[in-house]
Amino acid sequence: MAHATGKYYVPHGSWWPIIGSVGLFALMLGSANALNGSGGTWPALLGLAIVLFMFYGWFAEVVRESVAGYYSAQVDRSFRQGMIWFIFSEVMFFAAFFGALFYARALSVPWLGGEGVGFFTNLLLWEGFEPTWPTDGPAGVGGDFTAIGPWGLPAINTAILLTSGVTLTIAHHALRDNHRGILIGFLAATWLLGLIFVGLQAYEYVELYQDYNLRLDTGIYGSTFFMLTGFHGFHVTLGAIMLIVVWLRCLRGHFTPKQHFAFEATAWYWHFVDVVWLGLYVFVYWF
Amino acid sequence: MSDTATHTADHDDHHDTPKGIMRWLTTTNHKDIGTLYLLFALLMFFVGGSMALIIRLELFQPGLQYVNPEFFNQMTTMHALIMIFGAVMPAFVGLANWMIPLQIGAPDMALPRMNNFSFWILPFAFTLLLSTLFMPGGGPAGGWTLYPPLVQQTGDALPFVILAIHLMGISSIMGAINVIVTIMNMRAPGMTLLKMPLFVWTWLITAYLLIAVMPVLAGAVTMLLTDQFFGTTFFHAAGGGDPVMFQHIFWFFGHPEVYIMILPAFGIVSEIIPTFARKPLFGYDAMVYATASIAFLSFIVWAHHMFTVGMPLAGQLFFMFATMLIAVPTGVKVFNWTATMWRGAMTFETPMLFALAFLFLFTIGGFSGLMLSIVPADYQYHDSYFVVAHFHYVLVPGSVFAIMAGVYYWLPKWTGHMYDETLGKIHFWLSVIGVNVTFFPQHFLGLAGMPRRIPDYATQFTNFNMMSSIGAFIFGLSQLMFVYIIFKTIRGGAKASAEVWESPTGLEWTVPSPAPHHTFDEAPQVK
Repeated sequence: MAHATGKYYVPHGSWWPIIGSVGLFALMLGSANALNGSGGTWPALLGLAIVLFMFYGWFAEVVRESVAGYYSAQVDRSFRQGMIWFIFSEVMFFAAFFGALFYARALSVPWLGGEGVGFFTNLLLWEGFEPTWPTDGPAGVGGDFTAIGPWGLPAINTAILLTSGVTLTIAHHALRDNHRGILIGFLAATWLLGLIFVGLQAYEYVELYQDYNLRLDTGIYGSTFFMLTGFHGFHVTLGAIMLIVVWLRCLRGHFTPKQHFAFEATAWYWHFVDVVWLGLYVFVYWF
Repeated sequence: MSDTATHTADHDDHHDTPKGIMRWLTTTNHKDIGTLYLLFALLMFFVGGSMALIIRLELFQPGLQYVNPEFFNQMTTMHALIMIFGAVMPAFVGLANWMIPLQIGAPDMALPRMNNFSFWILPFAFTLLLSTLFMPGGGPAGGWTLYPPLVQQTGDALPFVILAIHLMGISSIMGAINVIVTIMNMRAPGMTLLKMPLFVWTWLITAYLLIAVMPVLAGAVTMLLTDQFFGTTFFHAAGGGDPVMFQHIFWFFGHPEVYIMILPAFGIVSEIIPTFARKPLFGYDAMVYATASIAFLSFIVWAHHMFTVGMPLAGQLFFMFATMLIAVPTGVKVFNWTATMWRGAMTFETPMLFALAFLFLFTIGGFSGLMLSIVPADYQYHDSYFVVAHFHYVLVPGSVFAIMAGVYYWLPKWTGHMYDETLGKIHFWLSVIGVNVTFFPQHFLGLAGMPRRIPDYATQFTNFNMMSSIGAFIFGLSQLMFVYIIFKTIRGGAKASAEVWESPTGLEWTVPSPAPHHTFDEAPQVK
C-alpha cells in the first residue's frame, strides 16, 4: 500500500477516522442527554467504547506500518512535529484553568473584598467579606472547609512524579545504548510510579471529601483545585496508559536505538504532565 | 513531474480506493478532503445565511411580525456559530487542503488520515448544534459569545452546544497541526520559508493561532459546563468567581479567532492581486512580518471587546493602545496591495473584482474597528448596530469575499474548466451592491442608538432597517448564482490551461488542470 519506497508514505483510505467520528458523536450526544437527565448513559458508554476501539485499531495500524518499514525519516519528522504541537495545545488547555486560578486570586476575590474598582461591590453586596485565599467566596458556597497543605501527600506525590521522570530518562538512555533489560525494568518502574501517583491522588480526593469538606462545589477554591488536579490526574492516567503500551511493545522487541518515535513522544508527554504538576504544586498546594 | 502530467485522473484512482460514498468517507487525499471541506462550508453558508434572512425579515419593519423574540435570539446566536465555525473556518481549511500541498510541492498533507478525521468530525458536530433548535427551550439564545449568567438560562440545548463546540475545537486543532507540519516538513527542495507563497505563510500563522486558542475556548466552555451541572463557581460571585472572568477567557480565544478568519483571506488576496496586476507582490517580506505582527498583537488586545464591564483604567488604556497598534501592520498590508497595483497592467476578471472589493471594504471595516478601539467612544458604540456593521464589513466583504475570490481563482485548476466570466461578474456586482446596502446603513443605525440582538426597534430606525433588509435579500439570493456557477463549472465549460491566468506565479500552475489526483509524487526543484 505504500506509494513507493523512498517516497513520503501516503496511506490510501482509512476507516478509522469515520469510526472515530461516529464514536465521538455518540459519546457527545449521550453525555449531553445524560447531563440533561434524559438518559444517555448507554449511548455515551457505547460511543466511548467505539472511540477506544478506534484508538486501538488506528494505532495498531500505524505500529504495523512502522514495523514494516514504511516510514522514512521525513514521515518520522511529521509525527514528531505533530506530537509537539499536540502537547502545545494541551499546555494552552491547562493555561485556561491556571488563568482562572490567577484571575480569581489576584482580581475577583480582592474585588469582592472591596479592593480598587470593587469598593461598592463590597459595600452594597458583600459587606463584611474579608478576602483571603483559599476561599469559598462571600456566600461561603459549600460550607466550612480545610485546605490541604503542601507537605503531606502532595510532597510525596511530587517526589514520585519527579522520580518517574528520572526512571524514564534512564530507560531512554538504555534504549539508545540497546540495553533492553534496563529499558524494560525502568520503563515498568515509570508507569508503576505513575499509577501510584494516580492512586494517591484518588486517596487524597476521598480524604478531602470526607474529612476536609473540600469538594468540587466548595466555591472558587474547590472549583479551581479539583478542575486543575482532576484534569492533571486524567492526563497522568493517559500518560501511564501510553507508557504501558510502549512497555508492552518493548517486551515484543519493538523500537531500535535509532528509531523509537512512540517512546519519545510518550516521554515528552510524560515530562509535560510532570511540568504541569510542578505548576500545580506551587500555585495550588503551596502558595 | 512529467509522470504526474501524463497520469489521467482515472488511472490515478487507486484500485484499493473504494468507489462512491465510501471513497469520500475513507479518503486520505488532500484534494478530496479539500473538496469536502469546501462543499460543507457552502452548505453551512446557506444554513447560516437563511438564519440571517430570518433576522432581516423580522427587522424589515418595527414591531413583531414573523418570529417571537426568543426565536429571534436563537437565530442571531446560531447564525454566528454556524457562519464562524461552519462556513468561514472550514472554507479556509478546504482551501488550505487543496492549495498548500500544491503550492509547496508536497505529495499530500503530512498526516493524511488525521486530515480525514478533522473533516468528518464536523458534520457530526453541526448535527449536534442544529438539533438544539428542535429541543424543549429551543437552541442557544444568549449570543454566540455564551456569556454567563445569561447563557445559563438556556434549556436542554446547553450541553449540546458546549459538546458540539468541543468537537469543532478537536477538528480545528487537528487540522491546524496538519497544516503546520505540512508546511514545516513537506516543502519541496529549494522552497525556503521566505519563498513560500503568501497564502501558505498566512495559513502557517493562522494554524499557530488555532492551536494556541482553541484549547482556551475548550477550557472556557468546560467551566460553563461544570458551573451548570457540577456546582463549580468559576463565574459566580457568591463563590468567589466572576462572570467577567468568562469574558476574559472567551476573548483571549475570541480575538485571535477573529484573525484566524482574516489572515488566510490576506493570503488569498496577496496571491490574486499580483496575478491580475501582472507585477510581483510589493514588499513580500514586509507582508510576512506584518502578518506575524498582527498575530502577536492578537494575543494582547482581547479586552477591547469588554470595555464597558468596569475594568480598571490602566487595563482600558493598555488594551486601547495595543488595539490601535494593529492598524500599523494592517496599514502595511493595505499599502502593499495598493502599491502592487501601481502602474500594473491590470485586468478585472471575477477573482480580481472580489479581491479589489475586499481591499476597499475590508479597509472600511478596519477603520470602524479603529473607532471602536477608542475607549470613550466605545462606551457609546458598545452593543449597538455600529459593532454589527463593523464586524460584518470585515467578515463578509472581508473573509467571505476573499474565499469567493479564491474559489474563482482556483476553480479552473480544480475542475479543469473555466467558469462563466459573465455570470461571475454578475454575481460579483450583485454581491458587492447587496453587501453595502445591507451593512452600510447599520453604521448609521448604531450611531443613532439602535442596540443589537433586539427583534424590535423605535420607529425612527425604520428606513435604514428596510434598506438593510432589502440589501440582505439581494446578497443572500445572489449567492444562489454562486452555487450555480460552481456546479456549472464542475460539469463543463471551456478547457482551462495549466497556467489558467496570464503567467501567474506559484507551483500550482505547473501541474495540469484539473490537477491530477496525485501531484508532486516527485518533489519539484524550486529555484
